[in-house]
Amino acid sequence: MSDEMVTIQVDGKSIQAAKGSMLIEATDNAGIKIPRFCYHEKLSVAANCRMCLVEVDKVPKPLPACATPVMDGMVVHTKSPRAITAQKGTMEFLLINHPLDCPICDQGGECELQDVSLGYGGFDSRYVETKRVVKQKDLGSLVATDMTRCIHCTRCVRFGDEIAGSRELGATSRGEHTEIGTYIQKHLDSELSGNVIDICPVGALTSKPFRYNARAWEMSQKETIASHDCVGSNLSLHVRRNEVLRAVPKNNDAVNECWISDRDRFSYEGLTQSRLQEPMIKQDDKWVAVSWDEALEFVASELLSRTKNDAAATGMLMSPSSTIEEGFLLQKLARALGVENVDYRLRQSDFSETQTPWLGQSIADLSVNNATLLIESNVRVDQPMLCHRVRQSALGGGEVMSLSSVGYQMNFSMHESCVVAPQRITEELAGIAKVLSNLSEGSVCDELVSLYPGIEPSPSAIKIAKSLFDGATSAVLLGSMATSHPDYGLIQSLSVEIARLAGANVGVISHGANSVGLNLMNMLPKKELASAKSFGDMQSEGMKNVVVYNFEPVYDTYDAQTCLAMLRSAEFVVEFAMFENDAQKDYANVLLPITPNTETSGTFVNCEGVWQSFTGAVKPFANSRPGWKVLRVLGNLHNLEGFDYMDSSEVLAECKAHASELAGISASGQWQRQLDSSAGVARIGSVSPYAVDSVVRRAAALQKTSLAENGVVRLSPELASSLGVQSGQRVNISQGDETIELSVVTDHSVAQDSAVVPSDVVVSGVLGSLYGEIALQK
Amino acid sequence: MDSVNSHEKIELSPSVCEEIDQWVAKYPVDQKQSAVMSALRIVQDDHDGWLTTPHMDAIADYLEMPAIAVYEVASFYSMYELKPVGKVKVCICTNISCMLNGSDQLVRHLEEKYSIKLGEMTEDGQYSLKEVECLGACGGAPVVQIDRQYYENITPEIIDSILDKLD
Ligand code: SF4
Ligand code: FES
Ligand code: FES
Repeated sequence: MSDEMVTIQVDGKSIQAAKGSMLIEATDNAGIKIPRFCYHEKLSVAANCRMCLVEVDKVPKPLPACATPVMDGMVVHTKSPRAITAQKGTMEFLLINHPLDCPICDQGGECELQDVSLGYGGFDSRYVETKRVVKQKDLGSLVATDMTRCIHCTRCVRFGDEIAGSRELGATSRGEHTEIGTYIQKHLDSELSGNVIDICPVGALTSKPFRYNARAWEMSQKETIASHDCVGSNLSLHVRRNEVLRAVPKNNDAVNECWISDRDRFSYEGLTQSRLQEPMIKQDDKWVAVSWDEALEFVASELLSRTKNDAAATGMLMSPSSTIEEGFLLQKLARALGVENVDYRLRQSDFSETQTPWLGQSIADLSVNNATLLIESNVRVDQPMLCHRVRQSALGGGEVMSLSSVGYQMNFSMHESCVVAPQRITEELAGIAKVLSNLSEGSVCDELVSLYPGIEPSPSAIKIAKSLFDGATSAVLLGSMATSHPDYGLIQSLSVEIARLAGANVGVISHGANSVGLNLMNMLPKKELASAKSFGDMQSEGMKNVVVYNFEPVYDTYDAQTCLAMLRSAEFVVEFAMFENDAQKDYANVLLPITPNTETSGTFVNCEGVWQSFTGAVKPFANSRPGWKVLRVLGNLHNLEGFDYMDSSEVLAECKAHASELAGISASGQWQRQLDSSAGVARIGSVSPYAVDSVVRRAAALQKTSLAENGVVRLSPELASSLGVQSGQRVNISQGDETIELSVVTDHSVAQDSAVVPSDVVVSGVLGSLYGEIALQK
Repeated sequence: MDSVNSHEKIELSPSVCEEIDQWVAKYPVDQKQSAVMSALRIVQDDHDGWLTTPHMDAIADYLEMPAIAVYEVASFYSMYELKPVGKVKVCICTNISCMLNGSDQLVRHLEEKYSIKLGEMTEDGQYSLKEVECLGACGGAPVVQIDRQYYENITPEIIDSILDKLD
């Protein structure tokens, strides 16, 4: 579309429209309403419902506004007798086969067909024949179907093709017998499948977990920010009687457009499962519920006396999905008590890197890069809305490449996919840098040369380097798995070197919702302070006193065994927790129930550096309290200065004053290699997409999807055959002193001698490092 | 873990692939899927005149297109069979011209003759009856198609003698 404008006249009003745009876009922009079903602004034009017919002067027949390009001087009538007759005629046809089951239909009250038929439908039906009936489909645990209600607009089909990038639904058979479905018995696999619920204009596709729970008009709508990845998709929560009943996307073209991932849509189900209800203190090995006053006074006095003697043996750890207000206050409290050992990087093992882990560019710009290299990134399921943008770049002719230990399946075609065992990733990066130094006639830095003398770039490295070099705008993106890699710092140094030589951007896709924000709030040890301990140091050196803020060590840490050992041997553990679990009862001394982000105000800074604030949608569950308020009271109890906030906006203002501007990621100076060769089988401990945080792990419907893939180990076919196992068989996997049993899936895309043992919700034991050696036995 | 999504798989035979390749060659390299209709026909002919889901999946893999897109084509056109068909497939046009010229009687006659309804197959697997849309030969209505052959101006007597000769 060009910038050129044309002038058209609609219903006597003269309006401007971009040349080549469709009539419906122009009228939408001008606020003139034209009824429609198949048209959707983010999908291709199908023009198959005919609801948008309008009259255009000098044209003998009504034209569909969604498929008629504007032309200078065009005179359009959207409400002339001829237009109205055409629209009413279409409406009558659409209603011929549509069941009149609005009273039992979940879409009732928010149905486009219902709305439009109110305006254009007849008073009664002239149709006396039997209506068609379409058999129910089972599309899995997320999307419910009532296909008799389908009006064949094909929005859901086009969505699969154009946005989800995997066409699962289609229109089979013909004419009267046409059906929308999967044809064979099949569950939707896509990580974006829930969006078909929103775009379906009728009640054919609705939310299964929400089914029959409420009527649209009984709920109120509250805005919030999704907390399960670093995108920060904008959401509207639908609330009734203090309960979140569903989540739907809120349009924000800079972040999530009008889509959201299934994780952001359905994780609300976990919000009220096994919540911690009361503050609790362990007395003589028994847990006793206590009042907030008692709990806080106990915590304050213990922390005060303990940090007085032993600030160096005290550590405070926080989930990377905590709000910026919580992060700011926790580190403020810690530092006021003389504690410098604070960290949020729970899924990391290399802590040498302290730069803000952000994207280095805007989310929207991901869709216009000419070349993109994804390093250890399963962006499709880990950050679906970022993948959506990267996919747009690929569809537009950009070259997307990956370097990882698993050839992750993307929903677009890859220019190059280089799969190597985890310990060989840095080598490949060095190879890419070397090729680039030749291409750019620059030279690689000395550290690289001495770390990788005489490296021979692989064919993949050559291809990747060339593409990055040729691309007018290219990006090197470190996936969230890369941040977990034992050589994260080195990977970043190498990436910066590659980016320098190729003229590319470097970006990091971090774990959690707010790694960027917590980094900006200094919720990590200060680099200049040698004695300040990172999460890794805390684990290796042991801590006497630990604050666990809103994470479950068994699932949310890089090395659950080591983290649990540290907590078990600590003398005093205070845990701020949303949920109850068995492990905490064992290691903690005090449990303070706090709220998820749906129950308090706060702010996340997304991967692009945008601060997105939200307010609570419902009241705190049971006797839980917003974390920032608890921290404030603790500050007051310690008589610390600067904790007299009236509300969270005052905290936010202080956060803003403390935050530095985001700068481009530069060389980190880490030029040491941790992961060299692996004697046994290398574990690739990806985090299962529906196990990323404590809320998602409790979301029942998500856990039933095929993406959750709980209890599975993926092996390369070579490794499987050397072990003598086949898909479907069980193997024992040992790491540290723990052995668990998982079911085998052989997978060509896994690097040789490696096994993907994800951190997921049904792990029966506590495993060690995400990247570590494991032993497998039949 | 979801087990519904794993399905049986088959491979296309080399001779079938070779034949499909001839059609693929007629289209631009990045538009392999244009050969889907020919591929369906070739595979169908190779498999007693009908297609199973694994056959369609194999075609989808071979032409690098989504399986559902193959199902859409195969279920849209009436010349593809998604259930077993008889050795002799009798297709009767019931559209307007043929209807005006007596296709109804023809249908009734054949249904009685074989004791099956349109869309069914005789128990011995010998005959199938099928209703089809306009065969584009309205000038000779009513029209019947058996295998690749059209027969025009058909009456119950004529169809009997044609079918007798085929036996
Ligand atoms: S299911 Fe809904 S979105 Fe899909 S074609 Fe039918 S009406 Fe349209
Ligand atoms: S909206 Fe224009 S034809 Fe459907
Ligand atoms: S109507 Fe039968 S051939 Fe045309």
